[in-house]
Amino acid sequence: MRLTQGTFSFLPDLTDEQIRKQVEYALSKDWAIGVEYTDDPHPRNTYWEMWGQPMFDLHDAAGVMQEIQACRLAYPNHYIRINAFDSQRGFETVRLSFIVQRPENEATYRLVRTEAAGRTIRYTLERHRT
Amino acid sequence: MTAAPPTTPDAPDRTAPQAVDRPPAQTNDSPPPQAVDLRALQEQYAVSELLEQLDRDLVGLEPVKRRIREIASFLLVARARANAGISSSPPTLHMAFTGNPGTGKTTVAQRMAGILHRLGYVRKGHLVSVTRDDLVGQYIGHTAPKTKEVLKRAMGGVLFIDEAYYLYRPENEKDYGQEAIEILLQVMENQRDDLTVILAGYPDRMRSFFESNPGFRSRIAHHIEFPDYSDDELMQIADKLAEEAEYRLSSGAREAMREYIARRRRQPNFANARSLRNAFDRARLRQALRLVQWEGAVGVNDLVTLEESDIRSSRVFVEGTTHERRHNS
Repeated sequence: MRLTQGTFSFLPDLTDEQIRKQVEYALSKDWAIGVEYTDDPHPRNTYWEMWGQPMFDLHDAAGVMQEIQACRLAYPNHYIRINAFDSQRGFETVRLSFIVQRPENEATYRLVRTEAAGRTIRYTLERHRT
Repeated sequence: MTAAPPTTPDAPDRTAPQAVDRPPAQTNDSPPPQAVDLRALQEQYAVSELLEQLDRDLVGLEPVKRRIREIASFLLVARARANAGISSSPPTLHMAFTGNPGTGKTTVAQRMAGILHRLGYVRKGHLVSVTRDDLVGQYIGHTAPKTKEVLKRAMGGVLFIDEAYYLYRPENEKDYGQEAIEILLQVMENQRDDLTVILAGYPDRMRSFFESNPGFRSRIAHHIEFPDYSDDELMQIADKLAEEAEYRLSSGAREAMREYIARRRRQPNFANARSLRNAFDRARLRQALRLVQWEGAVGVNDLVTLEESDIRSSRVFVEGTTHERRHNS
């Protein structure tokens, strides 16, 4: 099943040129760019592994593209995403986040129902198969 | 152009395929791009404006200005060649600025970034100015990320490495500077369209740096030497400094300044325009003190005028005289 997380996730995967333009846009807004990867894209897994440190003070997307390439090379079968962090007072949060690589066999999850007291049902999202 | 006649016979079949993959070429149906209007191109990129500004703002530095004009023209021609469909590899733009302290290397690098940006050879046109400390790490494994960090910041602009020879410490073979040099060389070679590197430093040390790092020498296309300023040029700079800060030098002060320059030059650690700027700043301090201690009313004219005494009380004159006295006796 296709993982839909972050911006653009209902669109076809972005090409490198499109990624570059998005990064360029984020830089034009003075957002810091971070590259992150994971093999466990569970919706509750908010914190992915950081690929190096977030990049502040960049002027051009070339540096970010270089890091994405390096990360792809190191983790060809992981999910990789770009986070653009806005440090401006009042936001101080990620303003843009999108996936730039997904593995060929995407992670799948299934819903597990657990009976609890008084006919209550608890739901868990569980990794189905890898 | 004069070279047109010999190329006319094969011109039609050469332009035919060109018109297909280059839509703009179709617009001029009459003689295909035989003549290129460089002046129009120059105007389009507004380079001459920048060059004139450079001429106006920087005193002296004639050889430097000439070299920059050459480079700018070369890049313009390269641009014209590319537009005309002549295949040429993108020019190497890395440069080395050598000159004594205070001869305007950083200032010119800033202008250079602007010129390269106008001509479209760097995408953003910002200048990232670094020294050894910004590139070389403190411990094993620290250097590469640090250097890469700086390179990423400089992407799309110009990386200005001041006192580049400090990167290379021949006396210590375990020095991490070598690692930074290797990363730099690699990027200078492989990502030429992402960033331009300018190395700067004092002439003699740069020379030995290049001798021990032939990799740098061969990757740098333009070596520009910054001459020392003459006394007259320094005087012009002094006038300019005063004008910019809205001060006026009285005629006595100008005379004193002229003498100051001649004396200061002979003393150690003379740093051309930088020494002058410092002298000017100190003269402003003395003027302020003089005005505050003055008991009468202070007019607007007094506020903007630097007097002879403000400059004459410099250490340079005191030391100079004792020095001379010792010599005379």
